[in-house]
Amino acid sequence: MVDTLTPVLSDNWDQDRAWRLSAYERSGGYAALRKALGEKQDDLIQLVKDSQLRGRGGAGFPTGMKWGFIPQGDGKPHYLVVNADESEPGTCKDIPLMLASPHTLIEGAIISAYAIRANFAFIYVRGEVLHVVRRLQRAVQECYLAGHLGNDIHGSGYDLDLVIHAGAGAYICGEETALLDSLEGRRGQPRLRPPFPAVAGLYASPTVINNVESIASVPCIVNFGADWFASMGTEKSKGMTLYSLSGHVVGPGQYEAPLGITLRELLELSGGVRPGHQLKFWTPGGSSTPILTAEHLDVPLDYEAVAAAGSMLGTKALQIFDETTCVVRAVLRWTEFYKHESCGKCTPCREGTWWLVQTLQRLEDGEGTESDLDMLLDLCDNILGRSFCALGDGATSPITSSIEFFRDEYIAHLTHGGCPFDPQAATLFPEPARLSGATAVTSGAGV
Amino acid sequence: MTVLEPAATSSPHPAATLSLPDSTLAELHELVSRYPQGRSALLPMLHLVQSVEGCVTARGIEVCADILEITAAEVSAVATFYTMYKRRPVGDYHVGVCTNTLCAVMGGDAIMDRLKSHLDVGNDETTDDGRITLEHVECNAACDYAPVVMVNWEFFDNQTPESAVRLVDDLRAGVEVQATRGARICNWREAERVLAGFPDDRADEGPAAGPASLAGLRLARARNWQAPDPDATDETTRASVDSAGSQVDAAERADTSRGESEAKIDQSPADTAESAKPSPDADEETAGKDA
Repeated sequence: MVDTLTPVLSDNWDQDRAWRLSAYERSGGYAALRKALGEKQDDLIQLVKDSQLRGRGGAGFPTGMKWGFIPQGDGKPHYLVVNADESEPGTCKDIPLMLASPHTLIEGAIISAYAIRANFAFIYVRGEVLHVVRRLQRAVQECYLAGHLGNDIHGSGYDLDLVIHAGAGAYICGEETALLDSLEGRRGQPRLRPPFPAVAGLYASPTVINNVESIASVPCIVNFGADWFASMGTEKSKGMTLYSLSGHVVGPGQYEAPLGITLRELLELSGGVRPGHQLKFWTPGGSSTPILTAEHLDVPLDYEAVAAAGSMLGTKALQIFDETTCVVRAVLRWTEFYKHESCGKCTPCREGTWWLVQTLQRLEDGEGTESDLDMLLDLCDNILGRSFCALGDGATSPITSSIEFFRDEYIAHLTHGGCPFDPQAATLFPEPARLSGATAVTSGAGV
Repeated sequence: MTVLEPAATSSPHPAATLSLPDSTLAELHELVSRYPQGRSALLPMLHLVQSVEGCVTARGIEVCADILEITAAEVSAVATFYTMYKRRPVGDYHVGVCTNTLCAVMGGDAIMDRLKSHLDVGNDETTDDGRITLEHVECNAACDYAPVVMVNWEFFDNQTPESAVRLVDDLRAGVEVQATRGARICNWREAERVLAGFPDDRADEGPAAGPASLAGLRLARARNWQAPDPDATDETTRASVDSAGSQVDAAERADTSRGESEAKIDQSPADTAESAKPSPDADEETAGKDA
C-alpha cells in the first residue's frame, strides 16, 4: 500500500540551501545523470515509456512516447525545450520546484537531452519570476563548473549546452508552438500543425518540449526504475505528482501524492475549507478546466476520472472557492484574462473573448437578460474547437461549466439588479481591519 | 554598424539617432552569441534595453534591429506583443498586484484599489516621484500564497491592503525591502538586467521554500509517509510499454487528433480525455487536440 503523500520532487525542499549544487548532491543529486550517461539513449527512452510518465503540463501525453517521435540519425540538430512558462491561473507547482530545487529540473533536462540526442537545451521560464531566474542561472553556472554541462560530460563524449531563457509576459507562450516562436525571437503565436515539433520544432529541427514537472520526474525514474514509478498512481495515471491547493482553504500549498488522490482526502489532510464556510466550486487543473462542485469531491484526481467527471486534470491546480464567492465575478475575471492573453492570431478567440467579456460584464452588472446566457453558450460553441489553439478552448471552460452548475446565480444577478454578493466577505481580511488600516495611513488614502 | 542610418530615417525623435553605450552593444552581441540562431536573443536583448533605457525606446529597437539584421518593424512587433516590455519609463519599483480570479477574490482587488488611492495613480501609471509604477498583473504562479503582490517580479506573499501600503511606503522611502520568497529588492532596471541573462549576486538570498510550498512535505514527515522503497519494487516485472497503445497508434492519433477534437466537440468532455482542451500551459500539447 502506497502512502497517502509521497514526496519525491519536493522531498529536498526543506533542506538547507536546497537550491545549491552541494545540497542537491548531498541528497543524491546527479547520481541519475551518471547512471544515464552509461546507458544507451534508446534504452532511456524505453525506460521513460515503461514508467508511463505522462506530461504534467496539462494534457497528460505520455512523455516517453513524445521522445520516441524524434527521428534518429537524421543528421539534424535536436533540441530540448523545457516549458517553464507556468502561468495557467491557479497553477503554482513549477515555480516553487525551480525556486527550491532547480537542480532537480536541470538534472532531468540533461538526461532528457541526452536521451533524445540533443546538444542544446533551453529552459524557457516566464519572465515574471525574477528569483526563480536567478536560481536557475546559478544552478546552470554550478553545473558547468562541476562538469554536468559543457563538453564531454563526465568523460561520456556527450556535449550539452543549456540556456536559461526568460520570457516577457505572455500566457500564450505556454502553448508549445507559441513558445517556440517566442524562443525564435518572434511574437508568441501558435503554429499550424503538422509539422509537429518532434519533426520541425525549434529552427525547424526535431524538438521535444516538456513541462518542468515532467522533466524533473526523469531523474527519479532513472534512479529507482520504471516499476517503482508505476507502483504509484492509478491504472493509467502513474507516478506521483504535485497537487497545488489554493483559495479558501486552511492549508493551501503543494501536496505531492500518487495520482488519483481525491479533493476530499486533500482537504481532510490540509484542514479543509476555511472555518465556517463550505465548498462552492473548484477547478481541478487551472482555469481552463471546467469547474466542479462539492458533488465531485470523491473524483480520483487522475487523467481518466476527472475527464469522466466532465473536466480535465490539467495542471492539478486545485483552486477552492467557498460560498462567499460570486461565480459570475470569478468567471468574468478569468474571461478578461483570456481576452487579454489572446494572441490575436485567430478570429474565434480574438473576437470571441471580447464578446464573452462584454456579455459577462453586463450579466455581472445585472443589466443583461436571460437570453444572454444562451448567447454566451452560443459564443462558446463557436470558439471551442474552432480556435487555432487551446487558449480559446480553455476560455470557454469556466463559462459553460458555471452556467451548467450555477445558472440560477446568473439569473439572480438579473433579478437583483446587480451582483448579490459582498466581495469583502470573500477576502481573507475582515472589514474592521481594513478600516483601521485606512485611518493609519497618513497620505489621505481612503475611498 | 549602421545604427545611425535607419534611425535617422524612421524615427521622429532626434535622440533616437544616438546609439546605446558601447558596453551595452557588446552585451547585446554577447546575448546573440549564446544562441544557435541569433534572433533567439531578441527577448533577452529587449530586457537588456529596458535595463539601460528604463523602457523599450526607439533607439533600443533600432539597435536590436541593426544587430539582428532585421527591420525595426519586426523588433517593434515583438516589443509590443509582450506585456513586460514597456513603452513608457517605469519607476524604480514595479508593483504588480495579482487581480486574476483567485487573488482578486481573496483580496487582490481590495489591495489594488487601496494602492491606487494611496499612491494616487491608476493602473499602469507611475507616481510623480518616479518611484513606483503600479500595475495589475495576471496569475504569477503563487496561488497558494494569495493574495500576492510582486515588486520587480519578486514575491510578496499573503498580502493585505495594509501590508501593501507599508510595502510601497517603504519602497518610496528607500527602506531596504526583502521579498517573502526572494532577495532584497533591487531596482527595476537591475531586475531587467538579470532577466536579460546577466546574473546579479542575489541567488542565495531568501528561503528555498515558503510554508505553503512545504505544507505537504511537512505533513508527510510528521506522519512518516514517503514514496515506496525502491528496493521493494520488483525489478523483474517491467511495466508494459504503455497503456495508451503502440507508438504507431499514437503517431496516427497525433496526426488526426485535431480533426478528432473538432469532431468530438459535441460530445461529452469525458469522451475526449486526451483530445479535449489542454490548457495552454500544457507542455504535452501533442497529446491535446493538436498533437
